[in-house]
Order: sequence, then structure tokens, then C-alpha cells
Amino acid sequence: MAHHKLRTPLSEDDVRRLQLEDTVTIDGAIFGIRDATQIRMFDEGIAPPADLSGSVCLHTAPGVRKRPDGGYEKLSIGTTTSTRMNRFVPGLLETHGVRAIVGKGGLLEDSVEAMRRFGGAYLAIVGGAAALETMQIEEIEDVWWEDLMPECLWKFRVKDFGPLIVAIDAHGNNLYQRVRDQAAARIRDLLG
Amino acid sequence: MPTIYDVIENVGRELYLRALKDIPADVRAALRKGWERERQSGNRSAEQVMFTILENVRTADAQDTLVCQDTGLPVFLVDIGADLGINVAELEQRLRVACERATREYPLRSNTVHPLTRKHTGVNTGEGIPVIHLAFIPGSMSIHIRMAPKGSGSENMSFLKMLNPSEGIRGIRKFVLECILESGARPCPPVIVGVGLGGTSDTAMQLAKKASTFRGIGSRNPDPEIAQLEQWLLEKINQTGLGPQGLGGATTALAVHIEWAHTHISQNPVAVNIQCWRGERAEAIVHADGSVTYLDGAS
Repeated sequence: MAHHKLRTPLSEDDVRRLQLEDTVTIDGAIFGIRDATQIRMFDEGIAPPADLSGSVCLHTAPGVRKRPDGGYEKLSIGTTTSTRMNRFVPGLLETHGVRAIVGKGGLLEDSVEAMRRFGGAYLAIVGGAAALETMQIEEIEDVWWEDLMPECLWKFRVKDFGPLIVAIDAHGNNLYQRVRDQAAARIRDLLG
Repeated sequence: MPTIYDVIENVGRELYLRALKDIPADVRAALRKGWERERQSGNRSAEQVMFTILENVRTADAQDTLVCQDTGLPVFLVDIGADLGINVAELEQRLRVACERATREYPLRSNTVHPLTRKHTGVNTGEGIPVIHLAFIPGSMSIHIRMAPKGSGSENMSFLKMLNPSEGIRGIRKFVLECILESGARPCPPVIVGVGLGGTSDTAMQLAKKASTFRGIGSRNPDPEIAQLEQWLLEKINQTGLGPQGLGGATTALAVHIEWAHTHISQNPVAVNIQCWRGERAEAIVHADGSVTYLDGAS
């Protein structure tokens, strides 16, 4: 279980080196996306106004306060359940070159396969731990699609963001599935 | 001189913010126990997750900030002294205003949308929101307000099954364990599992919510057979090994609480409602003279 200190943008090699249960901290920029952001990108076919290649995307919709200069002050930035947005993940990797998803709750088999094929990783953050996460986000650098508030496309500057746990790697391994299969077997045994 | 309704409005606003910022003492103790358990078992990922959770609670205290970004949907349980002569419509209206004020004044993220158009109301209230359950208590001369901004990651893990009576307790056990497996990592484990048994379908869901969200961690149902089932389920759920955040470990649930009602001879309703590790809730008692006692939420 190694620790990796990564700086964005990430290369394919950066993510291929990650093994299940390794820990990662990130410096640089990460993008915030949620349901409505991706419905616009994929269902409405509108190209994102920022370059996502090599990026790390966080499943979030932050609590913010608008500043007089038009920018946003962070109030509470945490992570939402990734599984709900599973169907967008293969497109994020294949079409937009996203290298890592930070989320909670995990992803389904087609996303695991996309991560293996295109070189991506799913980095688990602790869901609900927004107080810490907000501290690790230095600033809200940019925001697009403000009409979707709070589900805009956000760009956050981060320092020592993590530790995140590699829960799906770029080689087809899925920690959630492993744990779940074991749990299913134990429940079968318990019920006889 | 503020009226009792002014006091209720201020208390409602305060409870919403308290519940989001200040984790109840019993939840904190259960989280600490979970961390120690994972540390002893030598599971480094699980220990890391539990440590991060405790760090997060400490950070929220130190920064006076929200524990989690999900400001939820506001739910109130209000026990009203039956002889106080409270105007219930006014009380409900004031709790609605309380949520709107908390949202605007903090400001909190608003989550409340129309179910079809998904259009935001912007103030965390709307049709049927806040959810308010009222009870009238004979002989009481106070108003006990309990508030939970129920988060969605856990609320999305809600289940109801109308089992056959012949499936009995075995069917109930099986259904609850299946719900835990189905929920997996999504509701932010370690979770608090609420189970509602009996009643009609709607009663069962309400009982499950009360059990998951408003009972003190590890409290036992006064009915010994129900208490035994709570204990059995907690042990078995933690034996699944799903663990903190579903990444593996010995701490999948902090507690299992069951609430029950009588039911029909041909029914066996079982509802499951999950609460996340945050266990957010806050409560206060408004006395007849307008004074207020805030409780630590662990009753």
C-alpha cells in the first residue's frame, strides 16, 4: 500500500501505477461535476467550456457564497454518491480524457472497464467529511454554467487533497466489488 | 415580548444549523469506538477512513462549519403539550419560515426541487417540505422539537417490503441484510440502520425513519424480543465486512434500531431507512414561559 503525491494534470502513466488500496494526495486543480453538469455535457451534447484532459473530477455540488466581485467563496464542499452518475464515466474518460474520478460509493462494471481501457482510476474520498475537504480546497478558481447552480462546472485549486484511497484501478480491479462479493457470501452463509 | 411562535421559529432555525454543525455526543462516541475497533483489527484503509471521519468532526467544531455539505431535507418531530393550546397551523408555518431563514441567513445550500421539473425553490422548503410529524402529549406543558436535515445519500437507501406473515422473523432478517448489501458503499457507512415493523406501509416507513434518525445510538427497544432482533442484526451486519465507506472493515453499522406497530393478520410490513455516519439531529424543549433548553440530541 504505497502513497502517491500527484500533481495535475495526470498522465496515463500516473494512474497506471496506482494499485488498489494505495493512498493518493493531489496538488493542482480539480473539477467539480454533478448530475446536471453531465446531463448538459452528454444528454444535451454541449461541450464543456474547460479542457478536462488529464483532469481529476470530483463528484460534488458545493455550498458557496457569491462575492461582490462575481467570484465564489467556499462554504462547504463535500462529495456526493458516484454510482448515481455512473453512466457518464466512460464518456468522461474516452471523450474528454479525464484520468481520475474522486467520489464515494464506487462505480459499476462498465466504468471499471473504461478505466482499464483508457487508463483511469477511481479515488475514494470519505463521504460526509466536507469540513476537512473544504479546508483542502484552497480556492474556487473558476465556474462555468452558473445557471445550473449548485451543479455548475467548478474548478478548485487544491493542496494535499486527500488522502484518497485507490478503490478502482486502471487494471480492472474494483475494491467495492471485492468487498461486496465477500459480504454477499457471508450473508448467504448466515441465512443458511 | 416575543410570542411562543417567535420562539419556535428561532429554535427551528437554530436546530437546523446545530444539526448540520454539531454531531451528537452519542454518535461521536460510537464513531470513536469504530475507529478503535478498526485500529485493533489492523485494517489500515478502514482505520484511515474512521480517522478521517473523526478529524472531520473535530474540524467542523474548530471552524464552526458544516460537517457535511448535504444540508438535507428538513424533518421535524414535534411533541406538543396537549394542554398548551398551541395553534398547530401557526407552528407549522413558523417551522417553515425557520428553514427558509436558516437557508438564507447562513447561507445553506438549497436542495429542494420539484420532482418532475427539478426546478429549485431555493429556500429548502416547498410542497410538503419541511416534513413535520406532530404528537400531542397529555399532561405536558412544553414543546419538544427534534430536527434532522436528512441527507440524501442515506435517504436514497430506503426500502419497503410487504412480506407474507408466514415468512416471519426469518423473512425480516433476510430482507434487512439484503437491504444492507444493496446499499453497499452508497449511504456513507458506518450507518445507523432504522427498521420499521408492522402498521400499514406508510407507518412502517415512518417508524423506520424515526428509528434511524431520532433514536439515541445503541438505545434498545423496550420490547425484549425486538431488542434481541436489534442486537442480532447489528452483529450480522458488522460481520458482512462491508466496513467504513464500503471499502472493507468491521464497522458497517454503528447501531440498529427497530420501531414497531401492530399490523393486519395478512400483513408483515418491513421498512428500512438508513442514516449516514453523521447521524445529524438536534433537539430543544420550548417551555410554556418561552424559555428554551437545548439538548445534546442523544435522547
